Amino acid sequence: MSSVAATIDGADIHAGHDAHQEHHHHETFVSKYVFSQDHKMIAKQFLITGMIWAFIGGLFSVLFRIQLGYPDATFPWLQDILGHWAEGGKLKPEFYYAMVTMHGTILVFFVLTAGLSGTFANFLIPLQIGARDMASPMLNMLSYWFFFLASIVMFSSLFVQTGPASGGWTIYPPLSALHEASSGSKIGMDLWLVSMALFIISSLLGGLNYITTILNLRTKGMSMTRLPLTIWSLFFTAVLGVLSFPVLLSGAILLLFDRNLGTSFYLSDIVIAGKIMPNEGGSPILFQHLFWFLGHPEVYIILLPAMGMSSEIISVNSRKPIFGYMAMVASLFSIAILAFLVWAHHMFVTGLNPFLGSIFVLLTLLIAVPSAIKVFNWLTTLWRGNIRFTPAMLFAIGFVSLFISGGLTGIFLGNSALDIHLHDTYFVVAHFHIVMGVASFFGMFAGVYHWYPKMYGRFLNNTLGYIHFWVTIIGAYLIFWPMHYEGLAGMPRRYYDFANWESFNMFGGLNEFISTVALVVFVAQILFVINFFYSIWRGRKVTTQNPWGANTLEWTTPIRPGHGNWPGEIPEVHRWAYDYAKDGNEFIPQNVPVGEDESKH
Amino acid sequence: MKVLLPILILVMVFVIIFQIAKASEYVSVLKGEDKSNKQTNKVNAFMLIAFLILGLLGAWWCNDLYYDKTLFVKGSASAEGTEIDTMLYITIAVTGVVFVVTQVLLFWFSFKYQAKDDNKAYYYPHNNKLEMIWTVIPAIVLCVLVVFGLRTWFKITNPAPKNSILVEITGHQFAWEARYPGTDGVFGKKNYKLTTGTNPLGVDFSDPFSHDDIHIGGTDIHIPVGRPVKLVINAQDVIHNVGLPHFRLKMDAMPGIPTTLWFTPIVTTAQMREKTNNPKFVYEISCDQMCGPGHFNMRGVITVETEEEYNKWLAEQYKKPEYFSVYPDKAPKVADTGMLKKLDTLTTAQMVKGAK
Repeated sequence: MSSVAATIDGADIHAGHDAHQEHHHHETFVSKYVFSQDHKMIAKQFLITGMIWAFIGGLFSVLFRIQLGYPDATFPWLQDILGHWAEGGKLKPEFYYAMVTMHGTILVFFVLTAGLSGTFANFLIPLQIGARDMASPMLNMLSYWFFFLASIVMFSSLFVQTGPASGGWTIYPPLSALHEASSGSKIGMDLWLVSMALFIISSLLGGLNYITTILNLRTKGMSMTRLPLTIWSLFFTAVLGVLSFPVLLSGAILLLFDRNLGTSFYLSDIVIAGKIMPNEGGSPILFQHLFWFLGHPEVYIILLPAMGMSSEIISVNSRKPIFGYMAMVASLFSIAILAFLVWAHHMFVTGLNPFLGSIFVLLTLLIAVPSAIKVFNWLTTLWRGNIRFTPAMLFAIGFVSLFISGGLTGIFLGNSALDIHLHDTYFVVAHFHIVMGVASFFGMFAGVYHWYPKMYGRFLNNTLGYIHFWVTIIGAYLIFWPMHYEGLAGMPRRYYDFANWESFNMFGGLNEFISTVALVVFVAQILFVINFFYSIWRGRKVTTQNPWGANTLEWTTPIRPGHGNWPGEIPEVHRWAYDYAKDGNEFIPQNVPVGEDESKH
Repeated sequence: MKVLLPILILVMVFVIIFQIAKASEYVSVLKGEDKSNKQTNKVNAFMLIAFLILGLLGAWWCNDLYYDKTLFVKGSASAEGTEIDTMLYITIAVTGVVFVVTQVLLFWFSFKYQAKDDNKAYYYPHNNKLEMIWTVIPAIVLCVLVVFGLRTWFKITNPAPKNSILVEITGHQFAWEARYPGTDGVFGKKNYKLTTGTNPLGVDFSDPFSHDDIHIGGTDIHIPVGRPVKLVINAQDVIHNVGLPHFRLKMDAMPGIPTTLWFTPIVTTAQMREKTNNPKFVYEISCDQMCGPGHFNMRGVITVETEEEYNKWLAEQYKKPEYFSVYPDKAPKVADTGMLKKLDTLTTAQMVKGAK
């Protein structure tokens, strides 16, 4: 671990205690970078794999936005890169739907679940609770490699002759169950299901590890109520995942059976392409219940880490304690509980019992209360702060703005009577992209910019960060704000072309505009990727241990911590993570003992 | 070349941006990071407040551009939809106020409390009273919205009125089929295993109720204005959805699980044509549930007409029940008029009664 010792700067009181390092054995390239059991390296593996997936998923959205923006044009280069999927330079409907499906699947699961939770739960949990690593580094490593396997299977499905799954990321049967229903329901669908099964295993291994670590490996003095909000949010995220992903697994396995073994879990009374199917007695609704029992908590699996990280970053950069810490924890808790009780609000128009529907309306709108508490607490945290606009802080503020915008439209959709009208229109597309997609991405970006110095010992380039932020937030609003109007015009989502419709063909210009902005925003993300990889090797070096003046424990480690995180003893915790601006001190890290004359809050 | 050029330009732009970014980093190191941080802080604080103002103006402008294209201006074509529109307005008003207030506070606080040398952050960790206030107020507001919403929801999802016209609509990849119950007002039984090319809906013609049922392919469903219509919704292969944007309604079509949806049209197609100044206007049925590669073209049409026009149309349809087209030998000869005569002598009142 000589490299660690070399980079520890003079300020580190533990410098020279290299002998305390747990691992003396020589690390090979394979054990350090490939099959690493160091939570920090696994976090980076999740992050970079997530970034590759984000690039693919984002590229797909650009490609299908070309179709939506320019439905009459042909682009010969499309055929050059996509072959028979874009014969004559125009995307085929089958492939359009395949790309829409893969865009959703990739972004929801591979990027905003694995890439977000996988990265930050791995990176921050041991560092912020004061642990040398996860409870089981081995399972942690397996978690990544199951994700990697899932990625390989999903990626390979892009290259099969009949194309990847194309029934939408919700893969409702019978469309996804019947080979005859679409070309994407052939081998591509089997690969999707196998990939998701592997993904769920990965997620469970990770989640169990996160929960165990947070509950058992906190350092001395780190009571649960002293945990930074990042850890609380990652904790609830893991609980949500562990309790809900298995349900999706069972749903997916039953679907595999229906597809390949002739069972009738989801199928009944079907005539397809003139063929009378023998299946009787199944219910397609059953799948929707199983899917959304995960599917809704999944939304919070994506959102909670972004909330936690934004809370932390807003507090650090306002130089002020987070307002209402206990209320923040309580609202995270109530969101986590309610997340399990609202799944059927995705099914208001399936013909479900209206009384049952009304219960789900009540519970769904109830979520707005803890969400409102969080927003008001963030606003009050900013109030009378001394705010530093680092790129991370800008992304955290952007997160709050997007969370407000997208959250409020949830009040429309959660109200079943309005949902009858707005269901599956562009209003929904706008809603969930803003609140779940872009907002969570902003939380993720905030996290990357904020903890990059801890990850790589170097800074990301600030100017590029600012350009990245401004292009992305302006672009995000330009793309998704006008979509609400398309939704209010009744325009259905998942349409390849609106030319044949008298009711929906008046948004040609707007669709073109949205597609153009989407392209610009995508290009701006490439700027971020370049910044990310360039800065790993050539970024400005971090020279102080605690560059942001933050209170949490990760900033007490050496600038480039080795496996085991602290060269000496793990610091003891004496206070909560938010003693900023207290008693005239700009900040008081958690490991500083409480002074005798210190005021109590 | 055509592809290469934009890529080249893009790469050039990237390189330039990147060089500027690198240079500004060096400059900041040379100038002293503290000083340059202060500058960028000021710039970003200003940008945030500018973003707020331009954003709000932009939202206004966007509304100006696109409001006329939403369904609001046309007004709902069904009585139930009118209530949904009212609810939408209320919800937009409530959320609109919250939206403006919170966004203004967010960006204004960011701007106002930007880091300054003489400024010190204020240690303010919690205030139970404030937190109670902003827990209780949203809860009350949401209760109001829930009560409004559920009243409308139950009104719409309650069983259809007794005098509703019955129409069965069946979705398959990628079209809709409609069936009317005929003069007896009862649909003949169906069994999906009986589906053939000539009997595409799988009607069980051993059921005498099926003999007068009317099957309308290529879906142009006619319904009269002012009377409730109950749709019985089926799907043959995958899940579809009967989307009726102008009536503000939709309902899934599930294979094996019939669903229903009822509404009262209040504006005829002709009236809507006048209202929208669009002679091509029709009420369209859009499939709103992803159903395969042809999903985007799964279109149906509903024609809302006056009672008189409807009855005339219906009388025409009664002359050609599906039974006769499946079993042409059973069809009455043109001269043989037993059934046709009976039909012609039916009064409107009788038909209406029959159509229950």
